Amino acid sequence: MAETTGLPAPVRERLAALTAEIAADPARIATAFPAAARRAGRGPGPSGDPAGIAGPTLDDLVRGELLAALAKAVPADRLAAETADLYRYGDSDEKRAVLRALPRLGLPDAAVAPLLADALRGNDPRLLAAALGTPAAAALDDAAWRHGVLKCLFTGVPVGALALVAERADAELARMVADHAVERIAAGRDVPADAWPLLAGHPAHRAAVERAAADRAAALAPAPGAARPAPDHPRKEA
Amino acid sequence: MRIFDPHIHMTSRTTDDYARMHAAGVRAVVEPAFWLGQPRTGVGSFTDYFDALVGWERFRAGQFGIRHHCALALNPKEANDPRCAGVLDVLPRYLAKDGVVAVGEVGFDSQTADEEKAFRRQLDMAAEHGLPVLVHTPHRDKAAGTRRTLELVARSGIPPERVLVDHLNETTVAMVDDSGCTLGFSIYPDTKMDARRMVRILAERGLERVVVNSAADWGHSDPLSTARTGEAMLAAGFTEADAERVLWDNPVEFFARSGRLLLDEAVPDEGATFAGNSLLRGARPEPGEG
Repeated sequence: MAETTGLPAPVRERLAALTAEIAADPARIATAFPAAARRAGRGPGPSGDPAGIAGPTLDDLVRGELLAALAKAVPADRLAAETADLYRYGDSDEKRAVLRALPRLGLPDAAVAPLLADALRGNDPRLLAAALGTPAAAALDDAAWRHGVLKCLFTGVPVGALALVAERADAELARMVADHAVERIAAGRDVPADAWPLLAGHPAHRAAVERAAADRAAALAPAPGAARPAPDHPRKEA
Repeated sequence: MRIFDPHIHMTSRTTDDYARMHAAGVRAVVEPAFWLGQPRTGVGSFTDYFDALVGWERFRAGQFGIRHHCALALNPKEANDPRCAGVLDVLPRYLAKDGVVAVGEVGFDSQTADEEKAFRRQLDMAAEHGLPVLVHTPHRDKAAGTRRTLELVARSGIPPERVLVDHLNETTVAMVDDSGCTLGFSIYPDTKMDARRMVRILAERGLERVVVNSAADWGHSDPLSTARTGEAMLAAGFTEADAERVLWDNPVEFFARSGRLLLDEAVPDEGATFAGNSLLRGARPEPGEG
């Protein structure tokens, strides 16, 4: 399988023992999955990012192979139930691995969306990136997807690590990003570099951000006797 | 003096305690799962607790330069509540995780049939996962409960050196010693066992297979009672190496049998976050607020 060829040979060998265990007794995945990093290998994957934000880690790929082995061994409903359990009882690394593997499992949106929603409820950048970093993010409705992207912007997850941005970024996302940028400016903070590409096709929203930045600059250097200009966007709670 | 506290409930302690423990020489701990001072009423309450023991608490300890491991189990007290019995069905998922170095606390509280059933089943799980076992001995009818504990351990087939029988005192030390199990002593400010009595036991039977812990939790207890025991040993004429044998080498030797001890230095990083959340209050690191 394509994914395994990217793994170092010793990892592949240890992995084969684990997948054989699951093929023989699919219930074994409940304990093989959490132990997989210890038993087969851990560390950065092809992206080189040990946190697994830019792309899957080695242990994500190993755990993905275990899920692929499970998918071959059990019917679809059992696969969905066990995937949900592995996610529920997983630590952050295990949860990230489940999210990264979702596109390989062919689960219905109804099984995928709750896992993505859980990942997007928290603040863990590794899980935010994994939830929106694969084509499985298509299972989210537009509102949930946009809020997920905004949270990535907010927590510093690079937009370049997300999937489906070219297809799904729309005017409403641009408005949300612009409002976020204006808030940052009002608080005297930088606009994240990743905001600008999301504003690219939406000149009115881009202009609002640029205007806020200019107003802020003017307010910081007032002419003697000049009134401070009011910000054109009220400050909102994050 | 380097200290490994093999039994301490850090979820009940403050960041001040972590700082004082590090200053006193504590560099690693094992936090066994126990009850909360009031009953849990369902499985979800346990799994959230287990998630914290393998997650947030490990992070918190690391921020103070202390390596945190845990032992997981359905504790004897709550093994009597049928609403919590389902914990045993999800426990194997947690026993497979990194940083889980034993099954525990298991054992007896009121010595009921339900407690014995949960105890036996968890001894089997320990054997299956290759994990040591941390056994709580009861506060009431201690000698009888300890005797029954040793019978069940012998019957389980788990080698005795992989079983730590805890909260011992003068009335139970001999039978546990004879069994070949590791002997655990919880040093409390004024109950169970104190540092002076502990030193007397060490002088009488020697240092091998003995570990000392604070068992500090939400009750009247002292997270530095391990250090106090070390000082009492030195005052009684034991060497620094003797004290470190009891307070570091012996617990390390015991839990290393899990193959999952991590004892490299924990380096605190003020700006670090766990799952996006930090220990800081007030000004937060950017990005990733909230």
